[in-house]
Amino acid sequence: MSERIYIFKRFERFWHWSQAALIMFLMLTGFEIHGSYRLFGFENAVSYHTFAAWTLVSLWVFAVFWHFTTGEWKQYIPTMEKVDAMFKYYVTGIFTNAPHPFRQTTLTKHNPLQRLAYLFVFVVVNPVIWFSGWAYLFYNELSVVGLGGLPLSWIAFFHVVGAFMMLIFFIAHVYLATAGHTPTAHIKAMVTGWEEAD
Amino acid sequence: MMNATRLKMGYVLFLVGGLLLSVPGFATVEKSSTSAAAPAASIAPAAAPQKAEQKSKSTADHSKFEELKRNFRNGPEVTKACLKCHTEAGKQVQHTKHWTWEYVNPVTKQKLGKKHVINNFCTSVKTNQTFCSACHVGYGWSDDSFDFSKEANVDCLACHDTTGKYKKIPGLSGHPNYKTMEWPPHSGRFREPTDLKKIAQNVGKTSRASCGACHFYGGGGDAVKHGDLDSSLKTPERYLDVHMDAEGLNFSCGECHLSDAHKVTGSRYAPTAAEKKGALLRGKDDGRNPTTCRACHGDAPHTEYAKLNDHTDKLACQTCHIPEFARGRLPTKMTWDWSTAGRLDEKGHRIQAKNSGGQVAYDSKKGDFTYERYVKPEYVWFNGDIKYTLFGDRVDGSDRVKINEFMGGPDDPNSRIWPVKVFRGKQPYDVENKTLAVFHTAGKGDAAFWGNYNWDKALKVGMASTAVAFSGKYDFVETEMSWPITHMVAPKEDALSCVQCHKENGRLEGLKGIYMPGNNNWPIIDFLGYSVALLALIGVLIHGGIRYLTSRKGG
Ligand code: HEM
Repeated sequence: MSERIYIFKRFERFWHWSQAALIMFLMLTGFEIHGSYRLFGFENAVSYHTFAAWTLVSLWVFAVFWHFTTGEWKQYIPTMEKVDAMFKYYVTGIFTNAPHPFRQTTLTKHNPLQRLAYLFVFVVVNPVIWFSGWAYLFYNELSVVGLGGLPLSWIAFFHVVGAFMMLIFFIAHVYLATAGHTPTAHIKAMVTGWEEAD
Repeated sequence: MMNATRLKMGYVLFLVGGLLLSVPGFATVEKSSTSAAAPAASIAPAAAPQKAEQKSKSTADHSKFEELKRNFRNGPEVTKACLKCHTEAGKQVQHTKHWTWEYVNPVTKQKLGKKHVINNFCTSVKTNQTFCSACHVGYGWSDDSFDFSKEANVDCLACHDTTGKYKKIPGLSGHPNYKTMEWPPHSGRFREPTDLKKIAQNVGKTSRASCGACHFYGGGGDAVKHGDLDSSLKTPERYLDVHMDAEGLNFSCGECHLSDAHKVTGSRYAPTAAEKKGALLRGKDDGRNPTTCRACHGDAPHTEYAKLNDHTDKLACQTCHIPEFARGRLPTKMTWDWSTAGRLDEKGHRIQAKNSGGQVAYDSKKGDFTYERYVKPEYVWFNGDIKYTLFGDRVDGSDRVKINEFMGGPDDPNSRIWPVKVFRGKQPYDVENKTLAVFHTAGKGDAAFWGNYNWDKALKVGMASTAVAFSGKYDFVETEMSWPITHMVAPKEDALSCVQCHKENGRLEGLKGIYMPGNNNWPIIDFLGYSVALLALIGVLIHGGIRYLTSRKGG
C-alpha cells in the first residue's frame, strides 16, 4: 500500500478550483473582447469578463488573507536547490521511471520549479493583469489617481500581454499536473487533499 | 496495475490535449457580420396617426383681434399688423441668422451664413435670390439692393403659420402667391391666391411643420440636403425619432431649439461638438447651448450599462444613437454631378429621367443624382470649428475640394467623433484663377442656366456678382461637403450595438487616435502570443506522447 499525505487543505482546494474556473472563463471572454473569435457576443463578453474579474478579485482578497494568517505564503519562497535536478527529471528521468527528485510534504508542497513558476505568476503575471485590468475598468476615472493621461492602448497592451502569459502558464500548468508519480496523482490530490506517495 | 495506469494516462493526456485545444487562442477567427440597425418596428406609413388636434393653449385668439379682421393684399401688410402689438418682434428677427443669412465664425473669422457660403447643391445664393429667398424670413429679397432694415419686410407667417396653407413660392422673392398661379410650373395644377386673412387669424407657435417647411426641403427638395431632416418628421413614429414620436413625446423643434427673442438656439455654423457639463436647468440662461443631448440627459445617462458612459470622452451621443440617417419615408441625395447638366433631347427640350425608386436621377437643369436610404454615416473628429472654402479661395483642380472641413482630432480634448453625411459632387471652377465658380441658376435674364443651359453665360453673370475675378475658362471639379448628423435620434433599442464598432472593419475603422478593443489592434503581439502558446501546447503533447510510449515500453 502506498502512503498518503494530506497536502491541500479545504480552503486551498476551493481556492484552486474556483480560481481555475475563473481564469479559464476570463481567458475565454477576454480573448473574445480582444477580437480573436466570437462566442458570447462582445457586449456579453464584456459583462461576463467584468463580473468574473470582480469575483476573482474577491477570491484573491480571501486567498491573500488565508496565506498570511496560515503562514502558507512561505510555500512560495523561491529556492534554487534541486532546480537542476527537476529539469533533468522532466527532460529524461520522467521517461525512464526514474524517481522523482522531490518529495512532497505538508510543509513543502511545491517542487522547486513549481515555486519559481508560481512566484513568477504572483509577482509578474497577476500584477500585470490586475493593474491593467483595474485601469481598464476605471479608464475614465484615472485622472482621480493622477493617471489621466494614460492612453487606453497602453493599458490594453499590458493586459493583453499579461493574458498571453497566463495562457502559456495555463498550458504548461495543466500538463505538469499530469506529471506526478501517476498521471492523475496531483489532480486527485487537489480534489481530495491527499497525495499518494509510492 | 501498470495497464490501468497506462490507460489512465492516455485518457488524461487526451483530455488535457482536448482542453487545451479548446482554449480561446486556437479557435478560429470569426468575422462578425452585424446587420445594420434595421427598423425595430415597421416603417411609418405615409401618414402616421396624429394626436387628436389640440386646441391652441394660447391666451390670445388672433381671430378676435380687430387688426386682423380684414383682407391683406400682401405679406408686408400682415407684418405691419403684427408689429402693432408685437412692437419689438421685427427688430428681434432682424438680429437673427434667419434674417441676415450671415455669421462670422469667431475662431476662423470666416464670414459664413447662406449669403456667403458655397455648397455643392445649388452652389450659391448669389444672383438667385428670387428663388432662394423662398426660405428667407422676409419679403422682397431679389437682389443686393434688398433693404434689410425695413421691418415690414420681415415675414412673420413663414414661421408662425399653423394652417399649412402658407407657401412662399420660389421665384417670387420670398412672397407667397397673391394671385392664382400654376404651381409647380407646367404641372397644370393651380394654386388659389393665399388667404392671408385666414392665415393671419390662425398664427401660433412654431411647429415641426412650420420649421420643416424650409428645413426639410433644403437643397431643393424634400430630404435632399441633410439626410436627418425630411418631411417624415412632421408626424414621425418612434423608430424614426424618439423625441418627436407623434404618439409619444411629440416634441416640436423648439423643445430642444429653445428660443428667446426670436433667437433660435443650436446652429450648424457654431455647433457644440463636445458638451462637457451635465444637464442644464431648463430656463437658466448661463450661455450654454440648450440643444445638446447633455443639456437634458446629463453627463452619465447610461444607468443600465454604465460602461457606455466611458465612451463620452471620445464619442458624440449621435454616433451611437443615430445609427443611420434617411430612415424616414424618403431617400436623401448623396451625389450631385453638375457637369452633365444641360443635355437636351433632339428637339432641344429638357430631359428628366427617373431611377427605379422613382426619384429624378437626371435633370437637364441640374445633372446627375444618386440617392440612398438608411445611410450609415461617415465618422470624423470634430471640435465644432468648420473651415469653409469660400469665394476666391484657392482650389487645386486635381484634388477633391473640401467645401467645408470639420476641424479637430484625437488629441484635442474638445473634439468628439461625430457622424456626418458627406455629400459629394462635381461643380464648376475657374481653371485659371483656381477658385470655385458660381453661376446664375434661375430667374431673370437670358443668362439663367435653367433657361438656356449655357454655362458660359450663367457663370459669367454669377461670377460678376462676386468680388472674385473670372477668367472665363472653367471645368468641373469634384467636391465634398459634410453635414453633421444630429436629428432622427433612434430609440435606445435601435442604437448601435457594441460590436458594430468593436470588431475588425467596424464603423470607426480608419479613424485615427482611438484604441478599440476587438479590432485586431496588434497583429504582431497576437502572432507572438499565439505562437508561443501553440509551441507550448505542441511541446507538452510531444512530452506526454514520449511519456506514454516509454511507460508502455517500461511496462
Ligand atoms: C486571468 C485573468 C484575465 C485574463 C486572461 C484577461 C484577458 C483579457 C483580454 C485578452 C482582454 C481584451 C483586451 C483587449 O483586446 O484590449 C481583456 C479585457 C478586459 N479585462 Fe481582462 N483578463 C483577466 C483578468 C482581468 C481582471 C482581474 C480585470 C479587472 C480587475 C480585468 C478587466 C478587464 C477589462 C475592464 C477589459 C476591457 C473590457 C472592456 O472593453 O470594457 N481583466 N481581458
